[in-house]
Amino acid sequence: MSKREQLKDDFLENRLIRRRLALSAFFTVILLSLVLGRLYVLQIIEHEHFSTLSDSNRIRIKALPPTRGLIFDRHGVVMANNLPAYRLEIVPEQVENLDDTLLQLKQYIDYTEQDLKRFKQFSKRRRPFESIPLRLNLKDEEVARLAVNLHRFEGVEINARLTRNYPQGAHAVHALGYVGRIDVKDLGKVNENEYAGTTHIGKLGLEKFYENELHGAVGVQQVEVNAGGRTLRVLSESPPVQGNNLHLTIDSRLQKIAEEAFADYTGAVVAIDPSNGEILALVSMPIFDPNLFVNGISFDNYHALRDSIKRPLFNRALSGQYPPGSTSKPFLGLGGLEEKVKTVDQKKYCIGYYKLPNEPRRYRDWKKQGHGRMDLHDAITQSCDVYFYDLSHEMGIDRMSEFMAKFGFGTKTGVDSTGERNGLYPSREWKRSSEGMVWFPGETLITGIGQGAFLVTPLQLANSTAAFSRKGVRYQPRLVKSIEKIPDYTMVKNASKVVEPYQLKNEQNWVHVHNAMISVVHGLRGTARVINKGIQYQVAGKTGTAQVFGIAQEEEYDEETVAEKLRDHALFISYAPAHDPQIAVAVIVENGSHGGSVAAPIARRIMDAYLLDES
Amino acid sequence: MNQVLDSASISYSRRAMDALRLDPVLLSLLIVLALFGSMVLYSASGADQAIVIRQSTRIVFALLLMIAVANIPLRMIRKISIWLYLAGVAMLVAVMFYGEVGKGAQRWLNLGIVRFQPSEILKLAVPMIVATYLANRVLPVGLKELMVSSILVLIPVLLIARQPDLGTAILVGSAGFFVLFLAGVRWRVIISLGVLMSAMAPLLWKFALHDYQRKRILTLLDPETDPLGSGYHIIQSKIAIGSGGVYGKGWLNGTQSQLDFIPERSTDFIFSVFGEEFGFFGSAVLILIYLAIIFRGLYIAAHSKENFGRLLAGALSLTFFVYLFVNTGMVTGMLPVVGVPLPLISYGGTSMVTLMMGFGLIMSIRSAKRFLG
Repeated sequence: MSKREQLKDDFLENRLIRRRLALSAFFTVILLSLVLGRLYVLQIIEHEHFSTLSDSNRIRIKALPPTRGLIFDRHGVVMANNLPAYRLEIVPEQVENLDDTLLQLKQYIDYTEQDLKRFKQFSKRRRPFESIPLRLNLKDEEVARLAVNLHRFEGVEINARLTRNYPQGAHAVHALGYVGRIDVKDLGKVNENEYAGTTHIGKLGLEKFYENELHGAVGVQQVEVNAGGRTLRVLSESPPVQGNNLHLTIDSRLQKIAEEAFADYTGAVVAIDPSNGEILALVSMPIFDPNLFVNGISFDNYHALRDSIKRPLFNRALSGQYPPGSTSKPFLGLGGLEEKVKTVDQKKYCIGYYKLPNEPRRYRDWKKQGHGRMDLHDAITQSCDVYFYDLSHEMGIDRMSEFMAKFGFGTKTGVDSTGERNGLYPSREWKRSSEGMVWFPGETLITGIGQGAFLVTPLQLANSTAAFSRKGVRYQPRLVKSIEKIPDYTMVKNASKVVEPYQLKNEQNWVHVHNAMISVVHGLRGTARVINKGIQYQVAGKTGTAQVFGIAQEEEYDEETVAEKLRDHALFISYAPAHDPQIAVAVIVENGSHGGSVAAPIARRIMDAYLLDES
Repeated sequence: MNQVLDSASISYSRRAMDALRLDPVLLSLLIVLALFGSMVLYSASGADQAIVIRQSTRIVFALLLMIAVANIPLRMIRKISIWLYLAGVAMLVAVMFYGEVGKGAQRWLNLGIVRFQPSEILKLAVPMIVATYLANRVLPVGLKELMVSSILVLIPVLLIARQPDLGTAILVGSAGFFVLFLAGVRWRVIISLGVLMSAMAPLLWKFALHDYQRKRILTLLDPETDPLGSGYHIIQSKIAIGSGGVYGKGWLNGTQSQLDFIPERSTDFIFSVFGEEFGFFGSAVLILIYLAIIFRGLYIAAHSKENFGRLLAGALSLTFFVYLFVNTGMVTGMLPVVGVPLPLISYGGTSMVTLMMGFGLIMSIRSAKRFLG
């Protein structure tokens, strides 16, 4: 026996435990008396009150869906608002025979299988006295036809409710995205109570990205209803709070000019303010009317959009990935100087093609007869491929991909929207893991002129151009400038974040490339000199052409004979005014053939509109 | 001869009880409660015989388990408590990684044949281990014992609260606390802990919790702020109970219940159905039956010959009381909504089995008293 054990006194301990047991018994009685007291209050004192509520009347909790926040462009132009639209709604509890009623309704209102399925799914999830929409957006004739017969349908209602509307139609659709009818899958991702009564949810783009801001807070009404379900009086109400308003960085006027500048071409253009990362225009062509999607798009309309060879539903600006072609040359040229692969004066003689040591293959320049003696300035101005083959060969793929990553190639910009893709800057590592193959020296050359596996999104290209114009300071681009918080209408800035900036080793290197880019537009032999006619400010730019299909070694690319959809993509990047950049633009025109003649004029119109007639 | 036979038949049942090591008082009270339960369940389920049959099967199964547990000698129970505890905690950790999600919380462990909640084991294992630990120590408990016991309780409680299963965490935590309380934790310790907790609360509130957690607690504290969620349950439950009046609307006649206004009416909110159909009178009788069970448990605890039995029987009876109080408090709108069933009446097998095994332990303690005495 231990010492402790000997100290144990069973008599004292038993008395202690018994005392505590007695105390517990006492508390048990007290607390259960409390419950009994509560029951006494509910069942005897307030019995009358609850009895009334239970017998002839019932209390119902109605959800009041909030109004969705509005979207404005940077100058306050309304991009998305809400308009009243008629809906056919049914309160399942008040309908004697639901199947019968649904069948009879079909005589007056045409609803689809889709509508019916959704209605049935929702009637399972919501309480039997809540009104559940069967069809949205009724036409005036439909409302009139049903209204005269409505007395025959107990529990069927026509209600006018606010519904999302895009007043400018197709304009800026790829920047905004759209809302659509909420479905059971969406409900799984949100707090279902907050969405009680809500019929729409952001499906794409800003509308989806900022769903939490735009939705608002649900309101609640406690009402007393009679046995038939009619509201007798409102007992208490907490009104819904409208969703927050978004103020975009997009300039609607600029956006429209960009859309018009494209005419019938497909492609994308993104314009960014390099000083703060605000996206001024984000266009993907062709555009389509998002209002079609709000209330459920018809079968025919959807198929027409989906099957169109121009793929209007595809958001090229964020999801389209294109080889950047020669527009990547200024970046790589800067890399060559910074990494001391080349000096400013070093020249390469261009004979129209380039050959690696030990390889018979000829890497061709776009200019068959060659450019002659080229230094970096001339190679950018005239877009000489041979110079860049040589630079790439000396720099090597490892240093190239390391340098280009600093300007954002190969990674998402982190824009505040949905559907953005990575682009791709190839590397040894990438090739090993994705294709299980070793890197060939020839691929370095192809990558060096912006072809091969190298891919960019238009947004990425614009953002990299903006970063270049600010000597390496890169922002995470933004579509929303500020959020107007409801109910107190305070503006909260949604500033772009600076991504870790690239520190130039020698600023003269940058100045050199920058001057070459000015010559692209303003020089006598610049590839974009067509746009300098009558220009009132200085532009730095670079043209590019991206091959859609490969040409065999001895074949010729003949623009006339190549089908339109196989023609090269035309690209152009630029920033202006060159010495104090306020706008950076990247244009991609699919199958546009020439960066200088097709893509550059689009950029010029946007820059003119932004810099000259800012009204 | 006749006389002998007579007295034999009178004591026959008692001897059978003794042979099975059962307590006749507790057993009859439990059976009455179970009968009450089946009746209410029949009404709450909308006169669904299949559900009542399924529940009755569970009751029989749980009773058999109770008899089995009652026949485990107390020495053995003390010995296995450490292993039961360790196994329980190990399974809680396993649930964290491999558990199945049900109703938004990760609680279930699938062992191939059976799927069960390890947290149920801890409802018994925690009071068992703390009672075993304290049984041989000098009472009232000192600081060291208090620390060790608190750690033994807190580990499983925190693991369960993480799942998240607030209701079970409360039950396991209070089971452990009651052992300590009965073992004579000094009042100044209890009071200073209480003061410390209330002083810490604002700090925890501010720094340890996420926004959404704060919101969840606010809704718990004031369900009326969430009338589309749990507040709806409370409002409808109060109408059901209140409209029952003195004698109730009668069995199968509760309009609120029958018209599907009460959510979870077969499980957590079954007391609302009872209150509506049997009124204040019926509810009071029901609560008295519960009180009798609790008092019988405390009586057995008080008359046990050794500390282990006193502490365990007392703590288990008081935990049973917590079930009752939290559930009735919740459906009458006095307490926040946490998932605690009405013991032995709510539909569902897991809590029923654990509770009955707990009563098996209490009965084993009662029999040990006799054999050791």
